[in-house]
Amino acid sequence: MRHKLALRIGPVGFRIGSAWRAPLDALAALYAGYPEPEDGICDFTVRLEPERPWRRLIRPSVAIRGDYILPDAAPLSFAHALLAAEMGMNLQMALGHKSCLLLHAATVEKNGRALIMTGESGAGKSTLAALLGERGWRLMGDEFALLHMESGTLLPFPRAISLKNGAIRVMEAEVEASRFGPRLIGTPKGDIRHLRPNEEAVARMGEGAIPALILFPRFGETAAVRGVGAAEVFMRLTQASTNYVALGRSGFEALTRLVKTIPALAIDYPDAETAIGLVDDFQRELAA
Amino acid sequence: MGARLLVRALRDPASVRHCDWNALIGAARAEQLIGSLAFRMEGLPVPARVEEIFEAARRDSGHQRTQALWEAEMARRALAPLDVPVILMKGSAFHAANLGASVGRSVGDLDILVPKASLDAVEAALLGAGWEHVKDTKGYDDDYYRRWMHELPPLIHRTRDRMIDVHHTILPLTARPRPNAQALIADSVALEGGLRILAPADIIVHGAAHLFADGDLAGGLRNLWDIDRLVREFDMPVFRASLRENAQRHQLAPHVRRALRLAQRLYGTPVDRAFAGRFTLADRLFEARLLARNGWGQERAKALRFAFYVRSHWLRMPPLMLARHLWIKARG
Repeated sequence: MRHKLALRIGPVGFRIGSAWRAPLDALAALYAGYPEPEDGICDFTVRLEPERPWRRLIRPSVAIRGDYILPDAAPLSFAHALLAAEMGMNLQMALGHKSCLLLHAATVEKNGRALIMTGESGAGKSTLAALLGERGWRLMGDEFALLHMESGTLLPFPRAISLKNGAIRVMEAEVEASRFGPRLIGTPKGDIRHLRPNEEAVARMGEGAIPALILFPRFGETAAVRGVGAAEVFMRLTQASTNYVALGRSGFEALTRLVKTIPALAIDYPDAETAIGLVDDFQRELAA
Repeated sequence: MGARLLVRALRDPASVRHCDWNALIGAARAEQLIGSLAFRMEGLPVPARVEEIFEAARRDSGHQRTQALWEAEMARRALAPLDVPVILMKGSAFHAANLGASVGRSVGDLDILVPKASLDAVEAALLGAGWEHVKDTKGYDDDYYRRWMHELPPLIHRTRDRMIDVHHTILPLTARPRPNAQALIADSVALEGGLRILAPADIIVHGAAHLFADGDLAGGLRNLWDIDRLVREFDMPVFRASLRENAQRHQLAPHVRRALRLAQRLYGTPVDRAFAGRFTLADRLFEARLLARNGWGQERAKALRFAFYVRSHWLRMPPLMLARHLWIKARG
């Protein structure tokens, strides 16, 4: 590949090759301070390529390729190449990662105990995790929770937080400008701006945590909390997992153990401050 | 670089000590040989991170095997009332028969061979057991499959999301060689449990047909690796004799001979040299096509790939038919 970059996020090494230099410069700036893959060995390869050779120069559009691909994925416009790199890394994890049970969830940690937040897109888990990460919690990841199947611990995967639309303004008020990537306007998912997790989250990316609570947040309703039964939690987490089926029995056993050992709550919240208040209350109850 | 390194690692795993591991893993994933490679390298001193990647690949192969065997069993149950021979082919067959070629072998679709006279009954039984058509059952594609192909239009299972290809022979009817499907079925071997696989020599004949008489050699390194593993496992005088005989019977002797030459060349397969013949100039082109993959998993040698793509259509169809096919496809 013409241009390349290697970096480590939590336990996972990536190498990203690109036909253009600019996307990798943007990626390197966003991931400033991240370590190299251990011994230079990468778990996954992502390639940003023109759809056809001449499209490198003429009306460039970026196809997301790599070890694992979605055959019918549409290419992104060159202005959104940074998003293409992020999507490419996520895709490798979703389709190729088989070492841990992968849950589509955000995780934060305090005192060695982790909170798993999962829900449909738009439930606000990324924003909530990003805010908690600035307010006394350690951000472990906004996209994937990695459940180590033998030990039952959660491993951090603190990639850049993908903020969408309204969440961008919320975090811009909270965090210094140097940690943000460029604002990507009019992507297939609306406006997107990436945020680098804070120094603590990056420095402690090798440090796992014990799961303590599962939350199903839902944004936009009046504040409410209800318990969720183990069977429902199990079903919802199988749907939130990208590799549950592929892991077979060990995935089933790890998920059953998780669901049986920790409580789960569904919370509705009208605004972020309310949600943070609720989460801090839970944390105090769990610690007591 | 990538494909050549992969071939060297498969052929002689102990010889790769200080290589570009990222290139090896990238090429192996692109060629769907990561599981086979991980088992080949098992127990050898490799960097700890590489060992973790291989370990995950070996675990994943185990699950793929379970899924493939389950899928075969589902088809067996659906077709049992028909009382027709159901012959597993390719990956599922290797796993079901526990052949050495199954070690780390990934399996995508389930491929079965049934007698042509039972095709309608087989299709109806599968549709009744939860499989459904992938494509529209009216129109050019469906007609084309039913008239000219060696298999039914693909079916996919509604809940398990797995494809089944139901063959009645091993090459499209438009191809020049005409394999004897009745003989393939008559010589097939029963497994415990009721399913069958092709006779050893016919497994090689099918592999060679698939590689060199049909398709553009995409995924060819894996198909050739199957042939290497199978020939090593079956190799004895009686196998050599029946391979010669069956290759002739199915009008695929040149294809089988080329498969043996290339397997010998790339993987060091022990072959019947008198039958295989000498490595030719044309073989070099096939070799270059098989190795057209770099350490980033990218396809190389675009012109050569395109030439093989054109060849695949040429093999499949007589010129007038090809013209009509391309015309219809271009308008669609």
